[in-house]
Amino acid sequence: MSITEILFWFLSALALVGALMVVLSRNPVHSVLWLVATFFAISGHYILMNAQFLAIVNIIVYAGAIMVLFLFVIMLMNLNSEAEPRKSWMMQLAGVLAGGCFMMVLVSLVRQTAELGGKTALVKEGNIGLIKQLGMKLFSEYTVPFEISSVLFLSAMVGAVVIGKKD
Amino acid sequence: MQALTQRAKAVDRKPMTWWEKLYLPSILKGMAITFGHSFKKRPTINYPEETRPFSPVFRGLHVLNRDEEGRERCTACGLCAVACPAEAITMEAAERIEGEENLYREEKYAAKYEINMLRCIFCGLCEEACPKDAIYLSETFAPSNYTRKGFIYGKDELLIPHPIQDPEGYAKAKGLNN
Amino acid sequence: MNTILLAFDLALFLEKLILIAVIIFASLGIALYTTFAERKVAALLQDRSGPNRVGPFGLFQPFADGLKLLMKEEIIPNTSNKFLFILGPFMAMTAALMTCAVIPWGNQVEMFGRTIQLQIADINIGVLYVFGVVSLGVYGMLIGGWASNNKFSLMAALRGASQAISYELAMGLSLIALLMLTGSLSMKTIVEQQMDSYWNILYQPLGFLIFIICVFAECNRTPFDLPEAENELNFGYHQEYSSMKLGFYLFAEYIHMFIGSAVMSTLYFGGYDVPFLDESTLSSNVAALVGIASLMAKIVFFLFLFMWVRWTIPRFRYDQLMNLGWKSLIPLALFNMLLTGALILAKSGL
Repeated sequence: MSITEILFWFLSALALVGALMVVLSRNPVHSVLWLVATFFAISGHYILMNAQFLAIVNIIVYAGAIMVLFLFVIMLMNLNSEAEPRKSWMMQLAGVLAGGCFMMVLVSLVRQTAELGGKTALVKEGNIGLIKQLGMKLFSEYTVPFEISSVLFLSAMVGAVVIGKKD
Repeated sequence: MQALTQRAKAVDRKPMTWWEKLYLPSILKGMAITFGHSFKKRPTINYPEETRPFSPVFRGLHVLNRDEEGRERCTACGLCAVACPAEAITMEAAERIEGEENLYREEKYAAKYEINMLRCIFCGLCEEACPKDAIYLSETFAPSNYTRKGFIYGKDELLIPHPIQDPEGYAKAKGLNN
Repeated sequence: MNTILLAFDLALFLEKLILIAVIIFASLGIALYTTFAERKVAALLQDRSGPNRVGPFGLFQPFADGLKLLMKEEIIPNTSNKFLFILGPFMAMTAALMTCAVIPWGNQVEMFGRTIQLQIADINIGVLYVFGVVSLGVYGMLIGGWASNNKFSLMAALRGASQAISYELAMGLSLIALLMLTGSLSMKTIVEQQMDSYWNILYQPLGFLIFIICVFAECNRTPFDLPEAENELNFGYHQEYSSMKLGFYLFAEYIHMFIGSAVMSTLYFGGYDVPFLDESTLSSNVAALVGIASLMAKIVFFLFLFMWVRWTIPRFRYDQLMNLGWKSLIPLALFNMLLTGALILAKSGL
């Protein structure tokens, strides 16, 4: 096994265990922390695929900002394992059914997609994930969507400032 | 109301100007002030190495005095204990027996003489009360100790060194060489 | 980053390992002495002499402090979440140390017939990496504060997290203006550009002002030390901690300061560049040494600035802090971004 493979298997295991633990943990704070671990594993995968920009943005945005806000809210609500309400078995059954259906759809989608069939992930080569290539693509092929989304963000930011200024 | 002193300053409640709202100028001003302080002379006295000069009337630890021949002056009259407002002094008297004339000046002496330095307020009233000039307040102050018991000074700590057998220690305790 | 991990070159691997060890120990040592310097600077600015009993000029004071912390009893509150309680200081320390990886500490040295780059990893997203690691620093505080199961700790942790998130925004926006100028995210490239022309501070004074304010806030240093506001929150998020776990938290703060200074020197003050000196006239090793010395001098200056400000300016109130972050710094950073863009456009001749 090459070092790439070892890393790949380690990160995959970490991502899967983390994702499972998000669902299985009784304590919501633990769930959030496992989710953070999962994001890290996914970022590791990005790095293996030479998509450094994606990896670090994933960490900044998801692990660094969104998960902190999640933690924030959970800590403020003071949720813990004792406070969790007991769900009836009907609810639990419904949850299992819904989750199972969703998983089936996902698996069948991945299996049916022709493009993915028989292909393996590009590992440690390819430069599509590097910041230069990404920038080129965004500012040539996808200029309009990019600009529209940036205007959206800017308006959100200006809106936040305006709301803040109004005392 | 009339101001008591000329130093009173009216509080300025004008809204801050744009320049003041920036805060940066005042922050820089403050930083200049603190930086200026780093060049000032420090008033610190590094105690064990350096000591502050005492005034001549400084009242420090007690000393039980001896006369020129090295005999203890104290006669255990108890006036100091009576005078003491903090009740820090206790003593036990004993009678001088034959052959002890070179040790004690009077016929009665203090077999035990204790000052509790935790109680003592260093007022110097014992010094004033003593008819025999036996007790003095020196220029040393109470050193630290690990136990409360250590602060109860007995005769061995209080007695001044013998002027003939240990002239150096005697001079030092009297503060003659510094 | 991945070329290092994947191309398994033993010599390179060893070289990087040694470099990592040296840099980590150096930052620990510097952080150790920063605690001492903090007390000395405080004394200096307050007409005192500061610690001067342990060793000559008190130079062994940090070791005495460390020993004292180690000897203290390890207390874990019964009601706390034990695992997270221990994880907190560990994460704070790790996040603080991780930033060292992308800072170019100097140019290259030639040793044993090899050319060794004085940078652990020259990744092409260096600035973003710093940013990502800084955003992770919040976790140590947040987890520790929550796991202590103490109202004051939780309050401090929430304060710290919201403060960090708020100031990260302004920090990122001020950095964007800088990146528009450099056109690269690699720290090394940014330093090399500054070596060839002027330092970035000349082009980005406003951006630097915003950046340094945000660095102060991210490091939880006065005037933004609200997460450990003693008089409001007893001790802050590490209130329930004792012994070396407390030491880790306190230490992480000083490492943050050190790294923050290093990032500021690298991005705005030319990194290991010595002004008015042509490095190409010197031999490679001498140039590297001079470069390291120059970077260290800049770092020491910034560390002094951190302390100087701490012992001069009182703490912000919490609403003032949020007002400054959201209402002043972010619009200002946006304005700076626009201005920079306009100037670049004007210079390139439309």
